[in-house]
Amino acid sequence: MAKKIEGSPGYAPGTRVSTKDIVQKKISYSWWEPEVQYSWSMGQAMSKFIMGLKDGKILGRTCIKCDRVLVPPRMFCEYCYGPTDNWIELKDTGSIETYSISYLDSDARRIKDPILIGVISIDGASPQHGFMHYFGEMTKEEIHIGMKVKAVWKAPKDREGAITDIKYFKPLKGGGKK
Amino acid sequence: MSRRVCVIGIGHTDFNSITPDVEWKELMYESCQKAYVDAGVDPRKDIDSFITCAEDYLEGFSIFDEFVPDQIGAVLRPCCTVCGDGLYGLGTAYMQIKTGLMDVVSVESHSKISDLLTLGDILLHAFDPVFERPVTGPVERPRYGGSPEYTKEDPKPLVGSTKEKQRVHPYFLAGMEMQDYLRTSGTTEEECAEVVVKNKMNAFFNPLADYEAKISIDNVMGSEYLFSPLKRLDISPNVDGAITFVLAEEKTAKELGVDPIYLSGFGWSSETPWLSTRGMSADYATKSSQMAYKMAGITNPRKQLDIVEVDDRFSYKELQHLEAIGLARPGEAGQMLMEGELAKDGAIPTNMSGGSLGIGNCFEATGMQKALEIITQLRGHAAKRQVADAEVGLAQAWRGIPSGSGAVAVFERGGA
Ligand SMILES: [Zn+2]
Repeated sequence: MAKKIEGSPGYAPGTRVSTKDIVQKKISYSWWEPEVQYSWSMGQAMSKFIMGLKDGKILGRTCIKCDRVLVPPRMFCEYCYGPTDNWIELKDTGSIETYSISYLDSDARRIKDPILIGVISIDGASPQHGFMHYFGEMTKEEIHIGMKVKAVWKAPKDREGAITDIKYFKPLKGGGKK
Repeated sequence: MSRRVCVIGIGHTDFNSITPDVEWKELMYESCQKAYVDAGVDPRKDIDSFITCAEDYLEGFSIFDEFVPDQIGAVLRPCCTVCGDGLYGLGTAYMQIKTGLMDVVSVESHSKISDLLTLGDILLHAFDPVFERPVTGPVERPRYGGSPEYTKEDPKPLVGSTKEKQRVHPYFLAGMEMQDYLRTSGTTEEECAEVVVKNKMNAFFNPLADYEAKISIDNVMGSEYLFSPLKRLDISPNVDGAITFVLAEEKTAKELGVDPIYLSGFGWSSETPWLSTRGMSADYATKSSQMAYKMAGITNPRKQLDIVEVDDRFSYKELQHLEAIGLARPGEAGQMLMEGELAKDGAIPTNMSGGSLGIGNCFEATGMQKALEIITQLRGHAAKRQVADAEVGLAQAWRGIPSGSGAVAVFERGGA
């Protein structure tokens, strides 16, 4: 009789198929590995935004009609459906809206050092406008909702125009305590 | 009283082989904005339901539905994605309006196929994994999550052809089908070539079309064989672009003061997927047209239809589809073409837009491209390619390789 596996829902006990079962053809199976490659045009808004990141700047887009500052920026406002108006440069600081301490990787294997990940509202942008990103230089005991944080950038020569030009967000000096 | 469904707004981007200046969201926004202005509606207030037609693998997103609302005006509104050709979206909109659930519905479909670098493999991924896919080429690098390195005792599994790294391009299916079509119908390769000549010529008169060319049958016949008997020029080139329609119930349309074009019939049908079993004569088109004709009260399509747009992503498809939907007897379409019956002043003006051969393969937006031309014609806005007194038109869509699915929509000018 199969024993319950940690992490699987209680209502679905059973024996997992192992890689060995597949490789040794103990079960019927088929497989295929398609060549799947895309190269998406980034478009007007994201192109400008990632060029900003390369320069160490966080850029937002304004919608005058809705009085909003949009991060990530877009060329249209999803509320009023009009085109957005202006580019503005924002601070690289903000506060943690919410977060999770992730103990598993994407293949559900346990990670030795849990990953701190969450969403940040950027200062100067509309509420709940900002990034999903990693957190660093803080422990899982220290992280909390509302924590003030600041971007930690890659060195200018290492930046490539990507969201990962920001390595993570660290506690803002003086704002890191609960 | 039975509710009638009509098209009240159309919008589209240009169609281009590449669109590096915009992302797919911006393409969608452009076509939607134009359709909403054309219909005179504010999407945030006036549109009850939003439909997009897209296939995750072509887009490169899992659960593509989730990425749709912003750019079509649908944030926190009823919104769904139909995984299929744009014409299926029109059918979904039709049902939502007909049942009284919604009064105004938008339908968007697009192609950003230039973002996809490995189209051939994505289409092979639509073949049956046990029965058909292994015959298209080898599988070399199977990996499972956390799988160990394969050893002599646990060797790397390998099925399929032993010719390393050679997978057949899935368009061979169209070559196969054309082979069958030529034999069973008696149509010639030259007649198929004339489809290309006609549609590329029509494209000169459609500002939307990017692949216009003044060529002769000799040019087509002289282009290289890619999937014999298909030659390079028999195959429509790929393009990016987006198309949006706004549909409404008749009363709403009249309140908005727009000149409605009625969606009077709709049908759709799917073949079995087994490539060795299914018919080669576009039975999906026959079945879907019969359903649409019945709904639209069309008993003699040849007499009652003034203009048609049928799927012509491969040249022979235009002739095959015309026969399948009852506008020509089997084997007759090629002859009608040569006699000029498919021209603007012929008995059945066909693909006046330039079709996919003249505009390009818009993938999931292909059916909408056909419908767009019909609406434009029925509105009388087709300028130099305008068919005189066009009152009833048909748009037919096929979902493309390797599918055996399609849909048909019949449109009528107001008052009918
Ligand atoms: Zn706005």
